[in-house]
Amino acid sequence: MSLWKKHEIFEKKSFVLLVGIVIVIAIGGLVEIVPLFYLKSTIEKVEGMRPYTPLELAGRNVYVREGCYLCHSQMIRPMRDEIERYGHFSLAAESMYDHPFQWGSKRTGPDLARVGGKYSDEWHLDHLIDPRSVVPESIMPGYPFLSEAKVEDREISAHLEANAVAGVPYSQEQIDNARLDLRAQADPEGNDVDAFLERYPNAIVRDFDGNPGEVTEMDALIAYLQMMGTLVDFSIYDDKANLR
Amino acid sequence: MNESYTAMASFAQTWGLVYFVILFLCVLAYALWPKNRKRFDEAAHIPLRED
Amino acid sequence: MAQAKAKYLTLEEGFFAAFLLVLAFACVIIAGKTYDQVMAFHTSIGALFAASGAFIIFKNYFDDGGVDIPQEVGGKPNYNLGPIKFGAWAAVFWGVAGFTVGLIIALQLAYPVLNFDLPWTNFGRLRPLHTSAVIFAFGGNVLLASSFYVVQRTCRARMPGRIAPWFVILGYNAFIVIAGTGYLLGATQSKEYAEPEWYADLWLTIVWVVYLLVFMGTLWKRKEPHIYVANWFYLAFIVTIAMLHIVNNLTIPVSVFGTKSYILWSGVQDAMVQWWYGHNAVGFFLTAGFLAIMYYFIPKRADRPVYSYRLSIVHFWALIFLYIWAGPHHLHYTALPQWASTLGATFSIMLWMPSWGGMINGLMTLSGAWDKLRTDPVLRMMVVSVAFYGMSTFEGPLMSLRSVNSLSHYTDWTIGHVHSGALGWVGYISFGALYCLIPWLWKKRQVYSLKLVNWHFWISTIGIVLYICAMWVSGIMQGLMWRAYDRLGFLEYSFIETVEAMHPFYVIRAMGGALFVIGSLIMAYNLYMTVRYGEAEEAETASGEALAPAE
Repeated sequence: MSLWKKHEIFEKKSFVLLVGIVIVIAIGGLVEIVPLFYLKSTIEKVEGMRPYTPLELAGRNVYVREGCYLCHSQMIRPMRDEIERYGHFSLAAESMYDHPFQWGSKRTGPDLARVGGKYSDEWHLDHLIDPRSVVPESIMPGYPFLSEAKVEDREISAHLEANAVAGVPYSQEQIDNARLDLRAQADPEGNDVDAFLERYPNAIVRDFDGNPGEVTEMDALIAYLQMMGTLVDFSIYDDKANLR
Repeated sequence: MNESYTAMASFAQTWGLVYFVILFLCVLAYALWPKNRKRFDEAAHIPLRED
Repeated sequence: MAQAKAKYLTLEEGFFAAFLLVLAFACVIIAGKTYDQVMAFHTSIGALFAASGAFIIFKNYFDDGGVDIPQEVGGKPNYNLGPIKFGAWAAVFWGVAGFTVGLIIALQLAYPVLNFDLPWTNFGRLRPLHTSAVIFAFGGNVLLASSFYVVQRTCRARMPGRIAPWFVILGYNAFIVIAGTGYLLGATQSKEYAEPEWYADLWLTIVWVVYLLVFMGTLWKRKEPHIYVANWFYLAFIVTIAMLHIVNNLTIPVSVFGTKSYILWSGVQDAMVQWWYGHNAVGFFLTAGFLAIMYYFIPKRADRPVYSYRLSIVHFWALIFLYIWAGPHHLHYTALPQWASTLGATFSIMLWMPSWGGMINGLMTLSGAWDKLRTDPVLRMMVVSVAFYGMSTFEGPLMSLRSVNSLSHYTDWTIGHVHSGALGWVGYISFGALYCLIPWLWKKRQVYSLKLVNWHFWISTIGIVLYICAMWVSGIMQGLMWRAYDRLGFLEYSFIETVEAMHPFYVIRAMGGALFVIGSLIMAYNLYMTVRYGEAEEAETASGEALAPAE
């Protein structure tokens, strides 16, 4: 009888240990993470920010799939050399629609947060197919297979919907027309361009990979690269409003 | 933003500190309590006892 | 055998069999309906694994599974060693594989032509394969195997369940296969160290809950009044990883028929959650778990109790208390509010204390027996690993300071720091544990050749030194080149010039990695020969094992 009693206490003790551990490890996370959902600087909206177009989202998914973030950051720090090299430091709002964030932790290659518009589509195409054809010292892998792969767009509406569930403000119209919009953005001659631009004002419509016949993963990736960091107009942006 | 930062910082620097110190003292007391000494010495030998 | 055969499957067998059958069925349906080729491949593997699992449960039952396994044999606990043996060899296999992939990607950075410009051989897909293979496959199997061994031994009780421990170890390795092949085929979340997609994450969650239950169950069954401190560390590791894994992988799948999912968090919040996860994966997977190994295997091998058991208690609470806060130091100068990253750095500095307390505790266990370092290369390996632990936990807080981080962040210095911890601390303590564990599990007196252990030790030590020195130089150099200005106030170097300057160090790094791979191959050979030809322990202990039923 007494032995059983003792045993019972020991059983409880391992449970006490478990509970103690859980309490201890929960605090740090709560204190650091929860405020980020309420603080002004982390949830503010900046003029110009819009959700990705279906083609850009598909391009971003290629970026995610190929693990580009392992060598390229998307986070410019507020230091003189970085601002001179890459442009205005990154704002929290600029990655507000990024699921997941791709800030990265290593710059084997340069930061890409503001790469949009810096190079021509042709440069990107050549560079992605064979990096050393345009930058002889580059150690980046080549991605010639992206030109051959057609964008998988059968479920693109569902992709937008999943993002909408996670909080990206896609309208029902945008979700319904996602597949049409995806093709329209890479086909400047097509009939759907106007409707597309109505849904995504200021988006770039071009045949990104110089192959008008089909929408490839190369189209999508270049479309994504060319819009990166271009949404916020820093000539009218007020730094003071976003002190951090 | 600034107010909430200072408020949180002052809270962390006072009550947060007190909380941590108290917890640390509890752990220290438990570890160094003379009555526990024998138990811990026995526990340290657990891996060495063969069966 | 006089024992009566049970009429029915036990509840546990029935539950697992039913679960696996349902899973196999679900996998077949998804495989049939999906047009996502990766999903079709993975669900086919899943169906195959799950159906085989259910088949084995039934076969075992119809053969002799109805017989109860005795909890004790000849007055001694009848330890369940089968899953541990599997885990130990899985660790050896994944270790060699993971180090080799690491060598390949190191060579790719020095010689980009080795990417072959194919989707599944590119750096971006192989790098997660390397990190997951060494951290989760190699490290994870070492932790699983050693925790099952240590918790049974220090509780003097057989772990509960007949299927559950096997489910944990096989299920975990199935997760590794799914995750690893997924990376190669392009199924990844691209969240660093949390790359597996939603279905792999879901599977791991199930395996992990069963792992926690088996571990707690063993503690509940224990004959030893006190819970040995190594088990505290294991428990903290299991519980914390469960919490981190779930919060960091709250995703919304596009559909159940596809691999792709979107994480619930976005931008800053996602960054914070990710590095809260990322840093604590280091803190609780690569530190707490392996400290548990230190607290059992070093005393055992040195044949003396841990230097101070009281210190180990303080060490435990201080470590888990402080570590959980340190994550934001990965996000200095980013869009994360400064108070958060400063808070992270503050706790990182405080971590110096418990880390070094733990190191001293491990090292001083040898006090009075330092001569063993000369005669026992296995013990030497473990002690050197503790020294590496001290070194990288000194470097880490340093790098978490804002001013140092502004230079070191985004450079190879980080990579060097990680590897001094990963190769030196985690690698060596794991090798030491395997060199102990495999002879114990197969009832051998000693490893096949201590001389080969010695060779392993020296070759890989030279490899580590080459590796981390090369990364220090290249990291600091690159950081300085990025911020260098010429006399006229312009940036002195273009980005590509800094890339060019890295080349010699990338070659040296690859050489260091090659030495480390060679060392691990020597270990694999040595351990194989131990099992095959090692000298058996005295017959007295061997007879106890002979009575245990085959698993």
